[in-house]
Amino acid sequence: MISEELAFRDSAVHRIDPRVRLVFALLLCFATALSGSFAAPLLALGCATGLVALSCLPLFTVARRLVPVNIFMLFLWLVLPFTHFGEPAFKIMGLAASKQGIELAALVTIKANTIVLFMVALVSTMSVAALGHAAHRLYFPEKLVHLLLLTYRYVFVLESEYRQLVRAAKMRSFAPASNLHTYKTYSYLAGMLLVRAHSRARRVHQAMVCRGFSGVYHCLDSFAFRKADWVWVGILSLFFMAMIGVWIEGPY
Amino acid sequence: MQPLIELKNICFSYPSGRKVLENINLEIYQGKKVGLIGSNGSGKTTLLHVIMGLLPATSGQIFLFGEEMLKEKNFAKARRRIGFVFQNADDQLFSPTVLEDVAFGPLNLGKTKEQARQIAQSTLEGLGLLALKDRVAYRLSGGEKRMVALATVLAMDPDILILDEPTTGLDDATSHRITHLLESIDKTCLIVSHEYEFLSQTTEVFYGMESGLLKYLGDSSALHTHIHIHPAGALPHKH
Repeated sequence: MISEELAFRDSAVHRIDPRVRLVFALLLCFATALSGSFAAPLLALGCATGLVALSCLPLFTVARRLVPVNIFMLFLWLVLPFTHFGEPAFKIMGLAASKQGIELAALVTIKANTIVLFMVALVSTMSVAALGHAAHRLYFPEKLVHLLLLTYRYVFVLESEYRQLVRAAKMRSFAPASNLHTYKTYSYLAGMLLVRAHSRARRVHQAMVCRGFSGVYHCLDSFAFRKADWVWVGILSLFFMAMIGVWIEGPY
Repeated sequence: MQPLIELKNICFSYPSGRKVLENINLEIYQGKKVGLIGSNGSGKTTLLHVIMGLLPATSGQIFLFGEEMLKEKNFAKARRRIGFVFQNADDQLFSPTVLEDVAFGPLNLGKTKEQARQIAQSTLEGLGLLALKDRVAYRLSGGEKRMVALATVLAMDPDILILDEPTTGLDDATSHRITHLLESIDKTCLIVSHEYEFLSQTTEVFYGMESGLLKYLGDSSALHTHIHIHPAGALPHKH
């Protein structure tokens, strides 16, 4: 379900302290998303591509991660140029595509791909556990962090319970079709999954209570800032500042 | 000497009215290893949950370490000294990594991160599980999960161990490992199982449970099971 296929590798980017990666992933993504001109996102795209290259990830996997966002972009390209107000650039079957619309679609495409690349390079290179711990150390709300970590732990258990139920149905010759019996079976399945999840949550809580849990969850992490991390903080801050600079000063 | 666990006339019934435990009296003294045997649905797990305060007894008194358990606060204090291993290890292991899970108890007991890490490491090492320390809990095998669940409890250095069906569903090798560990461990234990042979190896005295009633069955060494035609054939008994 969550394979974390990019997390357990070794590269310069993988070795950066997860806190640094998380903070800069957020900063750079927000700066990319909010900038209004082409210059800043293009600079960010360069930066993101550089980070992906440095993290030595298999290019095929990275490309696969870009597919869903670009399918979405395709729809944007189909609609935006023809609906946006502006100078007509060309006509297809009597429909005029506006110059501004094309520019906007291009800008959104660059931004979306840049953000995905930033996340791939900086966030998907750490395990979910490391992500949770980094968030905890950065004073993210505690409940959110625990929600993330516990979800990560139990999503697999729920998945296997779901498969178990589906198997049980199949073993008794259940073949889904478009009829009431199928809908009923699926709703029973979903209901059963909820019931099971609830009772599991209760048992897990009991087990936690039995080990002295009193509401405060202590994270055991071993993040240590190394010299190289400071260098990375410097490099990434520089990029961030350059982006902001280009964004404010830069020409359209 | 004061018993570590003392139950007086404990009854438990579910809100639906179904009676699960009836007038249970039990005393467990320091250093004793007590076995509890019974068939499925006889109320063994319910009894353990009542002792731990996870289910409220309908009537009767519970004394843990000489103190009467009146409120959740009393139980919370007592639980710090009791190691409870659940039937299903997936319920017990909730942290992303094994090391963290084992360190969870010590951290709750107020140990510092460094101490907790040390304790977790040495506990895992003592059980021969150190190689698993950075593994993700869901990727462990059933046997490994059970061993790690034991480690999470042992790391808290409890005065008494309570184990709910510790060998159910395990292969012979892991089963032997756990049997051996429980034989050699120097702690007061309450072990619940429906496997007679396992209990006779790991405990000294025996209780039997049947439809909510607890019965003292005697010394483990004096008991036997065999296949023959009489009502107690499946349960350990004396002639």
